[in-house]
Amino acid sequence: MLEISNLEVVYNEVALVLRGLSIEVPDGSVVALLGSNGAGKTTTARATTGLLDNHEGKSTKGTIMWNGQDITHMKPSSIVRAGISQVMEGRRCFGELTVDENLATGAFTNKDGAKRNYDRVMELFPRLLERRKQLAGYMSGGEQQMLAIGRAMMAEPKLMILDEPSLGLAPLLVQQVRDVISLINSEGTSILLIEQNAMMALSIADFGYIMENGKIVMDGEGQKLLADDDVKEFYLGLHGDESGERKSFRDVKHYKRRKKWAS
Amino acid sequence: MIDVLLLAQESTGFFPTFLQTLIKGLALGSIYAVMGIGFVIVFKGTQVLNFAAGGIAMAGALFMSILVNDAGLPFLPFSNPLAPEIGTTPSIPRWLINLVLALIIAAILGMVLERIAIRPMIGQPLFSMAVITLGIETALGPFNRDATSLTARSLQIPWGLEQWEFLGAGIPKSYVGAMVAAVLCFLSINLFFRSRFGVAMRAVAFDQEAAQAQGINVGRVFSIAWGLGAALVAVGAIFYGMGPFPPQGTVSQEIHPVLAFRVLPVIILGGLDSIPGALYGGLLIASAEVFAGQYLAQWTSVLGAGYSTIVPYIVMLIVLLVRPYGLFGSEEIRRV
Ligand SMILES: Nc1ncnc2c1ncn2[C@@H]1O[C@H](COP(=O)(O)OP(=O)(O)OP(=O)(O)O)[C@@H](O)[C@H]1O
Ligand SMILES: [Mg+2]
Repeated sequence: MLEISNLEVVYNEVALVLRGLSIEVPDGSVVALLGSNGAGKTTTARATTGLLDNHEGKSTKGTIMWNGQDITHMKPSSIVRAGISQVMEGRRCFGELTVDENLATGAFTNKDGAKRNYDRVMELFPRLLERRKQLAGYMSGGEQQMLAIGRAMMAEPKLMILDEPSLGLAPLLVQQVRDVISLINSEGTSILLIEQNAMMALSIADFGYIMENGKIVMDGEGQKLLADDDVKEFYLGLHGDESGERKSFRDVKHYKRRKKWAS
Repeated sequence: MIDVLLLAQESTGFFPTFLQTLIKGLALGSIYAVMGIGFVIVFKGTQVLNFAAGGIAMAGALFMSILVNDAGLPFLPFSNPLAPEIGTTPSIPRWLINLVLALIIAAILGMVLERIAIRPMIGQPLFSMAVITLGIETALGPFNRDATSLTARSLQIPWGLEQWEFLGAGIPKSYVGAMVAAVLCFLSINLFFRSRFGVAMRAVAFDQEAAQAQGINVGRVFSIAWGLGAALVAVGAIFYGMGPFPPQGTVSQEIHPVLAFRVLPVIILGGLDSIPGALYGGLLIASAEVFAGQYLAQWTSVLGAGYSTIVPYIVMLIVLLVRPYGLFGSEEIRRV
């Protein structure tokens, strides 16, 4: 189980981006982490997988515990070895490497399982098998997303963090990505699914968090969030005015609360 | 130091002269290419322009010289059974064993330098890193100078200046040795890039953070890049030390400028991050240098002695005017 408690992350020693974030990902579950641009979702993923250093970022307070072990300040390679892999925002396939070589990098910490995991990935994504000798840089966005997910599977993680896997994909592909995530989860890998596409994420999530300005502002079971009026209005745009500036989720809540007092 | 190598051949007819010049160009090109590959692998793996390549290469040649000359020392257990003939030229197998040992020591030197001087500075701008490597170059200077300032040190080349006759041309064994060494280096680097750590290095070169996210230990990759880079430039220096190249079978102060500066036009031509680029760049630069030395010799009074040594830089400038990224470099390098 992943437990992030009261995490604070600062970039460049000054910019406080996570302000006491707490979330949990129980074993075997799919947890969605939602939030608008700049809420700190990617930062949360970086902190969990030890990648803050690359961005002059630091966890200054709070802890990230993984199955009882404090991984707050661990090296990325140790975190992958401990069983957490990330599919990064923007896919980040190695464009000058072939599909096979990309998958091989994913197996860097898990040589022994390489053959077995490779077969499993190829079974799941026959498209990659067809293109195994091709440079990843020449593949379509959808294929690259499959490759990025497949690459993470090569490490056989116990927890997979996916950062906006549906970004820039056509609706049909979003469906496909969602199904793949469900499948990976059904084989025993916990999932932390970071999304702006709340509908997609909540439709498979056991539990969801909504974050805003580096904090969780709402949480609940996936289906419950999906049914919540505020979430609907703000994230699913079911009642929202299409044209105007997007209000902050908190503004929506304040407004609602005030309305309740007034009535 | 001016170049015995680059003096024109006595004319023995057009074809033999041409053949001899060609082979000389290929041999020198092999050496430049190996040094270029050593430079490229460091740049590819760590994004550092390694201006310490000349110093490291010198040190590698010195290790070789120390091993082959002073191998009677008791702490080198291999020396006694293999070399009862201390003080004389070693047999080829023993020389090769020493070569491998010297390269291992050079690789360790590269890894140590990376660990103490480069690793703490990871993430600094390209320019700062380059200045640090210049610092390393300076720091290696006294070691290299002290070892060679009084006399050049022999490399105990087993085949000395022997040559084969071929179609009327004399082909020095050292030239063939340099070419064989370059082919072996090129093949092993290509194999390396398909291996687990080689693929990891290419991944790090493409996207360091994404590589880390796969659990690749970037520090280890850096270390390997510097170890390989150091061993490769050492190969270049040792084979450049062989006669009939100008050092005439020794390592001396005089080869340092060649090792330090001639690799620059080679890799700039080849494009900093391309292994085939270093190969073609080396062959092109060396051929230009050697052919100019041979066929423009009658103009020496006009061009000035040693004119052929500036040919590489002229070739480099011309190519860069046409192709700013070098012959094989990726355009992205311009970002840095
Ligand atoms: N390297 C950095 N240095 C300084 N500030 C940063 C850095 N990276 C991100 N930030 C800031 O941190 C905040 C959170 O960024 P983050 O990328 O975590 O958001 P996000 O929720 O993933 O957004 P998006 O949905 O757009 O991907 C933003 O305000 C961003 O500007
Ligand atoms: Mg993000």
